[in-house]
Amino acid sequence: MGALSIRNVKKSYGNTHILKGIDIDIDKGQFLILVGPSGCGKSTLLNMIAGLEDISSGEIHIGNRLVNHLPPKDRDIAMVFQSYALYPNMTVRQNISFGLEIRKIPVAEQKAIVERVANMLQISHLLDRKPNQLSGGQRQRVAMGRALARNPTLFLFDEPLSNLDAKLRVEMRTEIKLLHQRMGTTIVYVTHDQIEAMTLGDRIAVMKDGEVKQFGTPQQIYDTPANLYVAGFIGSPAMNFIPATLEEAEGQAIVRLDNGTETFPAKLGPLGTAQRPYVGKSVILGIRPEQITDQGSAQADQPNLQLIRAKVEITEPTGPDTLVTSQFNGVKVTARCHPQAGMAPGQTATLVIDPSKALLFDPASENRIA
Amino acid sequence: MADLAYHQTPAARIGRFGIYAVLALFALYYLAPLYVMVVTSLKSLEEVRNGNLLALPAAPSLEAWSTAWSSACTGVECSGIQGYFWNSIKMLVPAVALSTLIGAVNGYVLAMWRFKGSDLFFTLLMIGCFLPFQVVILPMAQMLGFLGLENGTARLVLVHTIYGLAFTTMFFRNFYVTIPDELVKAARIDGAGFLRIFFRIMLPISLPTIAVCVIWQTTQIWNDFLFGVVFSAGETQPMTVALNNLVNTSTGVKHYNVEMAAAIIAALPTLCVYAFGGKYFIRGLTAGAVKG
Ligand SMILES: Nc1ncnc2c1ncn2[C@@H]1O[C@H](COP(=O)(O)OP(=O)(O)OP(=O)(O)O)[C@@H](O)[C@H]1O
Ligand SMILES: [Mg+2]
Repeated sequence: MGALSIRNVKKSYGNTHILKGIDIDIDKGQFLILVGPSGCGKSTLLNMIAGLEDISSGEIHIGNRLVNHLPPKDRDIAMVFQSYALYPNMTVRQNISFGLEIRKIPVAEQKAIVERVANMLQISHLLDRKPNQLSGGQRQRVAMGRALARNPTLFLFDEPLSNLDAKLRVEMRTEIKLLHQRMGTTIVYVTHDQIEAMTLGDRIAVMKDGEVKQFGTPQQIYDTPANLYVAGFIGSPAMNFIPATLEEAEGQAIVRLDNGTETFPAKLGPLGTAQRPYVGKSVILGIRPEQITDQGSAQADQPNLQLIRAKVEITEPTGPDTLVTSQFNGVKVTARCHPQAGMAPGQTATLVIDPSKALLFDPASENRIA
Repeated sequence: MADLAYHQTPAARIGRFGIYAVLALFALYYLAPLYVMVVTSLKSLEEVRNGNLLALPAAPSLEAWSTAWSSACTGVECSGIQGYFWNSIKMLVPAVALSTLIGAVNGYVLAMWRFKGSDLFFTLLMIGCFLPFQVVILPMAQMLGFLGLENGTARLVLVHTIYGLAFTTMFFRNFYVTIPDELVKAARIDGAGFLRIFFRIMLPISLPTIAVCVIWQTTQIWNDFLFGVVFSAGETQPMTVALNNLVNTSTGVKHYNVEMAAAIIAALPTLCVYAFGGKYFIRGLTAGAVKG
């Protein structure tokens, strides 16, 4: 059962409320991502799990044990920091064994653990160096080694990859995922990078302003975001938000897309009971760029495809795709097209849209209408 | 940039020459007294009286030095400054060690384990750096009286440690605030406590700051005259006070060569500390975050 359970946890500094009641539950072996913009309280929450900051109210359980008042060393956790926080005066070996030494693990065993961890992370040849003789990626590995040596029930990572260059970041990301699969430990991982969140997590908590906006699996978060914030935060390029009026025709939900000269009714599928009250009212249509594409790339067997014409404003080649920007209902809309689709600024292009995958949001509450 | 230096306009070249000339003049101005002191200390009294102040000694001799060390009169007593030299050392070593160590602990707490009012505390401590010696004399005398501390050297150790704490705390605190606090967090998760973190991690990475404190405190304490005069007497007086007595002893002729030798001996330890530690002093003053 619950490897980590966070129950209505709050944090305030005087009158500033940093965390406003967080509820998260994960099972043993799960990889939890805390993602959100800078300053939303991710590190604060992680530090509270670690015992480095006091909990204003609420409860944190690690492995079914209430840890609110336990010091960090008694929580059976290990942590990797953004700045790596290696002890500058110690060699890599001493950095890794420092915690073992404090725990009075016999020297022979310490040695064995250091060897094992160093082999696993391929840093055996660096054991006698000082941190300032290491590259960023090597420091990162040592920091992970220090955490692994402890073999804790819970790993905490605070933006461990954000100081690495783009290429190394992707490499280490894969390596962390592999490590997790091999060892099956429970991990809480803080990032503000939504791609890292999607690729690594079993569970994602999208945070904003000290609240969890949505908690779920990566696919849930991506396919059925709970609100405009989550929908816009996860996914790159971001989801298109098109203001429209919801209409009904023969039991079908319809919104009209106007490219300036022509209007296309987009059929969203059967009108749901939650959608009914919004008929005739303003809604926000959320549709991801990959659900608008050129005719060649569209999978013809999809039953709900519809053709629309768009005036192309800009094209941005990314390599595998070309992002095509046009306007509908007065806002910019990005489509993801094949690079050879021959899209060019100024022309009117025919695009294929899959409205059945589109989402509707309430413009006032910003929540998804479902 | 390099090109600029080679293709200087004549005006720039003259300007540069002017700067060097002025610098050389200043260097000469500051070094001249030291030169006079050294040559005078190597001359006989006869030569001092009859010869030129700037002339090199005709027959250099260390006699004035040995007189100053072991038989010159400092007041009624005539056994040189050696006893006082050791007094100063006995005062210096514990005072420097204590003020540096306590300053390191203070700085560590103020930077890493902030408590309610720690910023106010630090501000008050900073004011301590600006207090002139004279201001603290009276309260210090009262405190020493209250403690009943009789031994002059012990009194001076205490006085200098307390007075120096404002500086050493500031040096260490300003160094430790540049250390990411994630370092302390990592150590806490590793299971290290307050003292272990201090001795195993913080102190070893503060070598440059330790050098700054040692040099600063050595200079301050060794050169101090006021506290020495006020808080010690007779046998336990430090070097500076003895030097003053030696120079002011007004019986017979003035032994300029002996006085100069004594003055150089008095200045030697601080000169040495700078010669050996100056490099670290500069490095420590400019030290930023420890990379790691
Ligand atoms: N000691 C403190 N006193 C008052 N406010 C604080 C304190 N520490 C942090 N905060 C505030 O708490 C908020 C959350 O900080 P936190 O470090 O958890 O953000 P974060 O989500 O980790 O951001 P980032 O992605 O930039 O690391 C910030 O607005 C910060 O200003
Ligand atoms: Mg953070």
